[in-house]
Amino acid sequence: MGESTVQPRNFVNPYLAGTLLGFVLFSAFALTHGGLGASGAISRIGVATMDLFFPSHVDRVGYFAAMGGGAKSAIDHSSVMMLLGTFAGGMLSARLNRRLRFEIFKGPRITNGQRLVFALLGGVIMGYGARLARGCTSGQALSGGAVLSVGSWAFMFSVFGGGYLLAYFVRKLWNE
Amino acid sequence: MLPIDVTADFGKLIGYAVFFLIGAGFGASLEVAGFGDSRRLAAQFYFKDMTVLKTMFTGIVVACILIFFSSSLGWLDFAQIAVNQTYLWSGIVGGLIMGVGFVIGGYCPGTSVVSAASFKVDGIVFFAGTVIGASVFGETVSCVYDFWNSSFTDRFLLSDLLGWSLGATVVGVTVMALCMFYAAEKCEEYFRLKGTGTGMSWKISNRNYLVGAGVLLSMALITWGIGQPDPARKWKLLSSRYESLLVSRDVFIHPLEYVKTWNDSGVKLVTLDLRSKEEFEKFHLSGAKNIEMAALFNSEFVSTLASLPDQGVVIIVSNDEQVATQAWQWLKVQGVINLYILENGLQTWAQIFAGKDLPHEPLDLARPPLKVLEQFPKDAFRTKIKLKTKKRAGGLCS
Repeated sequence: MGESTVQPRNFVNPYLAGTLLGFVLFSAFALTHGGLGASGAISRIGVATMDLFFPSHVDRVGYFAAMGGGAKSAIDHSSVMMLLGTFAGGMLSARLNRRLRFEIFKGPRITNGQRLVFALLGGVIMGYGARLARGCTSGQALSGGAVLSVGSWAFMFSVFGGGYLLAYFVRKLWNE
Repeated sequence: MLPIDVTADFGKLIGYAVFFLIGAGFGASLEVAGFGDSRRLAAQFYFKDMTVLKTMFTGIVVACILIFFSSSLGWLDFAQIAVNQTYLWSGIVGGLIMGVGFVIGGYCPGTSVVSAASFKVDGIVFFAGTVIGASVFGETVSCVYDFWNSSFTDRFLLSDLLGWSLGATVVGVTVMALCMFYAAEKCEEYFRLKGTGTGMSWKISNRNYLVGAGVLLSMALITWGIGQPDPARKWKLLSSRYESLLVSRDVFIHPLEYVKTWNDSGVKLVTLDLRSKEEFEKFHLSGAKNIEMAALFNSEFVSTLASLPDQGVVIIVSNDEQVATQAWQWLKVQGVINLYILENGLQTWAQIFAGKDLPHEPLDLARPPLKVLEQFPKDAFRTKIKLKTKKRAGGLCS
C-alpha cells in the first residue's frame, strides 16, 4: 500500500475540535496555573541558536540575557517542553490521519517559491508582533481570553482586524 | 483544590512531562481541526471557511466555563490562576501586526508548529520566520521600550471593565460566541450556495448544534446562579491550606520588625489600619491607611493589594487579634501574597519604645527610624517576613 494512494482522513467538526482544545486549555490552567503558549518557546529557541554562535552577544543584550545569559540555557524551560509536545502531538495526529507528507500548501495562483517567500515574511512579521504583544494566538488570545483578560480580548480582535484589513490586498496569494 | 503546580509539587522532571503532554493535546487538537493547512486558516479572512473562529471561540468558551464553574463550586481557586497582564496598546498594535503576518504567511506560531510537524514545507519556513522575527524584536526592543511597557494594568478582567459579576460576564461571553457561531454558519452557507465556498467533511444535525449550545449556555447560567465564592466562603474552602501559618504565628510580626520593614527602601509597604476612625485619628503609623472590614470585600481595592510589585508587603494593624486574623484570612484567599499581621496591634507600641529616645531628638512614635533598633538587644525579635514572588503572571509567553 503506497503512501501516495492513501487519502488523508477528513478534519473533524470545528466545534468538536474546539471542545477538545477547551479541555486541554482547562487542564493546562488546572495543572500549571497558566494556559497554553507557543511564542515564548519560539523566542527561546532563537536565543539558544544565537547562544551557539554569539554567546557574548546574548549576554550583552538584556532581553536575551534574561532567557539565556551566562550558563543559563534558554531552552531549559517549561514552555519549550510544551512546544516539543505540540510538535509531537501534531505529528502523531497527522500520522494517524494520514496527513504526514512533504508538501506545500498555497493558493492556486502563486508558485511554490513565491509561497515560501511569503511564508518566511509572514513568519518574521508574526514573530515580531508576538513579542510586542507579549504572546501569540495561543498564549494571549486563547489563554487570556478564557480567563477574561481585557488585554487578551483587545489583542484577539486586533489580530482578526489586522488580517481582515489586509486580506483584500493580498487575495492573489490565496484565491482563484 | 485546583490549581496544582506540577513543577513545584512533583519536581522538574514530572513537571516537564506534564507540560509536554499538555502540549501534545494542544498539538493534536489543532491538527484534527485542520490548522496544519495554511489555506484553511487563510480562508478565514475571506469569510469562506470560518473554522478558525469556530474552533478558537469554542475552545475559549469551554475553558472559560470550566474555570469559572469549578471556581463557583470551590474546586478551583481563581486567585491562583495566571491572568495575562494587560498592556493595552502594545497588545493592540502587536495584534494588528500579527494579523498582517497571519494573512501573508498563512499561519500563527502555534499552528505553524503543527504544520511543520506534519512536514508541510510552508509551515517549516513560516516557523523559521517566527524565530527570526522574535530575535529581531529582542535586538530592537530598546527602540520601542517605552511603548512596549505603556498602558499597563496587572489583572484587568472583562468583568472589571463592564462592572458585571464574573458569572454574568461568562454568560455574556457565551452568548456572544453563540451569536458569532450562528453568523459564521450563515456566512459559510452563503459562499456554498454561490459555489465558491469550501465543502464540509462532517455531518451533524441542527438538533445536535442546539443541544451543544444549550449545554454551554446552561452551564454558564448555573455558574452565574451559584456566583463566585465570597472571601468568607473561600476561607472555609481553603482554610486547610493556610491555617498552619496562623497557628504557628509565622505571619504575626513583632513591632520592631515593622520598624525595620517600614525603613527598608527595598520594600513597598502597605499598612492597613482596621481600628475605628477615632482611634486612627488619635494616633496612627505613618503611611497607614484606615479601612473598614467592608473594604476587604471590594474586589477593586483587593486587586490593588494582590497585584503589588514583587517587593510589596501588606501588614494588617488592629488592636483586636480576632479582627486582624479575620482580615488576614479574607485577603489571603483573594491572592494577596506577602501578608502579615502586626502582633498586638498598637496596644503595646508605646510601651515598647518607652525610654528609647534617640540621643539628640525625641522619638516620633508614628515613624520610628532604623537607629532605634540599636537600643534593643539583637534577639529582641525573630524576622518572619520573607518576600515571596508570584512568577506566574507572564505565563508561557515570557
